[in-house]
Amino acid sequence: MTSSTPRVADPVLAAVSVRERPPRASALSATVTHLWRGAMAFKHFPAQLIDMMLLPIIFLLLFTYMFGGAFAGSTQEYLQFFLPGIAVQSVILMTVYTGTAINTDINKGVFDRFRTLPFWQPAAIAGNLLGDVVRYVIALSVTIGLGLLLGFRPGGGLPGVLAAMAVLIVFGFSVSWIFAAIGVVASVPERVSGTSMIVIYPLVFTSNIFVQPDTMPSWTQTLVQLNPISHAATASRALMHGTAGFWDVMGALIISAAITVVFAPLAVRLYRNKNAR
Amino acid sequence: MVGNMTSNGTPAIRTAGLRKSFGETKAVDGIDLEIPPGVVYGVLGPNGAGKSTLIRMLATLLRPDGGSASIFGHDVVGEADRVRRRISVTGQAASVDDALTGTENLILMGRLQGYGRQRARERAAELIAAFDLGHAADRLVSTYSGGMRRRLDIAASMTVTPDLLFLDEPTAGLDPRSRNQVWDIVRALVESGTTILLTTQYLEEADELAGRIAVVDHGRIIAEGPSSELKASVGSATLHVRLRDPGQRPRAGELLTRELGVPVRLAADPARLSAGAGDGARVIQALGALSGESIETVEFAVRQPSLDEVFLTLTGRKAEDAPVREESRA
Ligand SMILES: Nc1ncnc2c1ncn2[C@@H]1O[C@H](COP(=O)(O)OP(=O)(O)OP(=O)(O)O)[C@@H](O)[C@H]1O
Ligand SMILES: [Mg+2]
Repeated sequence: MTSSTPRVADPVLAAVSVRERPPRASALSATVTHLWRGAMAFKHFPAQLIDMMLLPIIFLLLFTYMFGGAFAGSTQEYLQFFLPGIAVQSVILMTVYTGTAINTDINKGVFDRFRTLPFWQPAAIAGNLLGDVVRYVIALSVTIGLGLLLGFRPGGGLPGVLAAMAVLIVFGFSVSWIFAAIGVVASVPERVSGTSMIVIYPLVFTSNIFVQPDTMPSWTQTLVQLNPISHAATASRALMHGTAGFWDVMGALIISAAITVVFAPLAVRLYRNKNAR
Repeated sequence: MVGNMTSNGTPAIRTAGLRKSFGETKAVDGIDLEIPPGVVYGVLGPNGAGKSTLIRMLATLLRPDGGSASIFGHDVVGEADRVRRRISVTGQAASVDDALTGTENLILMGRLQGYGRQRARERAAELIAAFDLGHAADRLVSTYSGGMRRRLDIAASMTVTPDLLFLDEPTAGLDPRSRNQVWDIVRALVESGTTILLTTQYLEEADELAGRIAVVDHGRIIAEGPSSELKASVGSATLHVRLRDPGQRPRAGELLTRELGVPVRLAADPARLSAGAGDGARVIQALGALSGESIETVEFAVRQPSLDEVFLTLTGRKAEDAPVREESRA
């Protein structure tokens, strides 16, 4: 009866009789390993690249041609204003991936296995977030590239556009800690994107991405000015058009630092305590 | 060298009054264990008995509400890091990454354990070959069968050979062939010096692998001891017979009683009957006696007591799925 069963015992015995314990992985190497894990998953499922590119393209076309005329008189003029703003949204939409990935790990038990390994635990989140930077670059390149084709003419030239991209990547990195925290708390991966959209869309629409708040009632103006996304959009606009003053950029960077300081420790703490009680 | 530090009499696992509740549910309700190094210890219990909760506490994944637990002398709460250096866990749900290949999963484990790139690759290749996954090494785990996934999961736990391995229902849902492979693996692991605590719902499995068994129900140990003692307390195997002609059952009963020396039990199905069968030779005689009187049997089997029968004997009631609250306990 068991004769058809391959005898696994002997090779297994040889393989597990190796009793060596390597030194603990460094925080950097653990983070790089998680980054590598994301890269491998991406390699096996390249189709997610299409999702990532599609969303920014749809939003850019939709808003430019549907509302451009109404908002700014002409689509060309609106594009100059709108493109640096929608670039912020392109980045923000990519920050959801980390939350979903972390939640999937927790639900599948991969997280339990990680937790019994002796590496620096925040590496699991940090590796994911660094992987997101690649997504930001892709999303920004697609958005800006399409913008240029449609007639976007940045006054700041290439240096301005690159500087804007750098600021937006920093901003995206900080925001992704929020969604990492949501990813730890949510019950199932599907809830992560749902909850994230509930956070993202109100913030996006109450920012200055689509229109300048000049014409709004004063309380709405205050709302728009308090919105972190507005600061990112302002910096993006100023840098791309070469009109950036010191505070245009600093505003976005300070907001990014503030978000990170609050949400990075929160996400890590939630992660460490997850399921422990 | 790490593995032999345990020979000074420190138990691999020691718990005292270990408890954990989820709301009203007392998942683990005062468990005392002392398990020496180098053995396979079985925790046997039905759904919801608290097996996984027990393992999760011992593996530092869940904080106990009360009592204490130590692994090789290290407290699971206060010295979680030291405990983690000695253990591995293969949880009930396979904890491998579906979006990676088998090899990539093992490289991931190796790197997180601290191996360099090169050594992590070598170790992955060694384990892939040893655990009979060579043909699927570069396939996504999402395409693996249940048995392959289980073997990969155990292999991932052995990237660095632990001193203590927790296996939570390692053969649940596997076909007999895959189950035998996992059993062989468990035997090899313990032979290499790793202590194993495994949970199961099958008496047969606990009996096959574990030297000692704790039967757990509603978060408590209701029986504990060497598997032979436990089985003796439950009663031995049973001969089950199904006759072609139900009309012959009375006579068949007489013959079985005579040959086996025990009373027969008549099943609800009028063609079936059964009797305790401790001794193989007498079973053969008994079956011979039936055919000697031309009583035709369409089916017969000798079965070990099932978990249900163990429960019936130990508790006087059937194993249930949901744990009862305190007040309904006798
Ligand atoms: N995180 C949790 N939250 C609430 N209740 C829980 C939780 N984990 C376990 N329980 C409950 O505690 C009890 C014991 O569960 P546990 O998973 O330890 O049982 P088990 O013996 O492993 O069962 P199975 O054989 O089904 O795996 C069950 O009633 C279960 O519903
Ligand atoms: Mg369980």
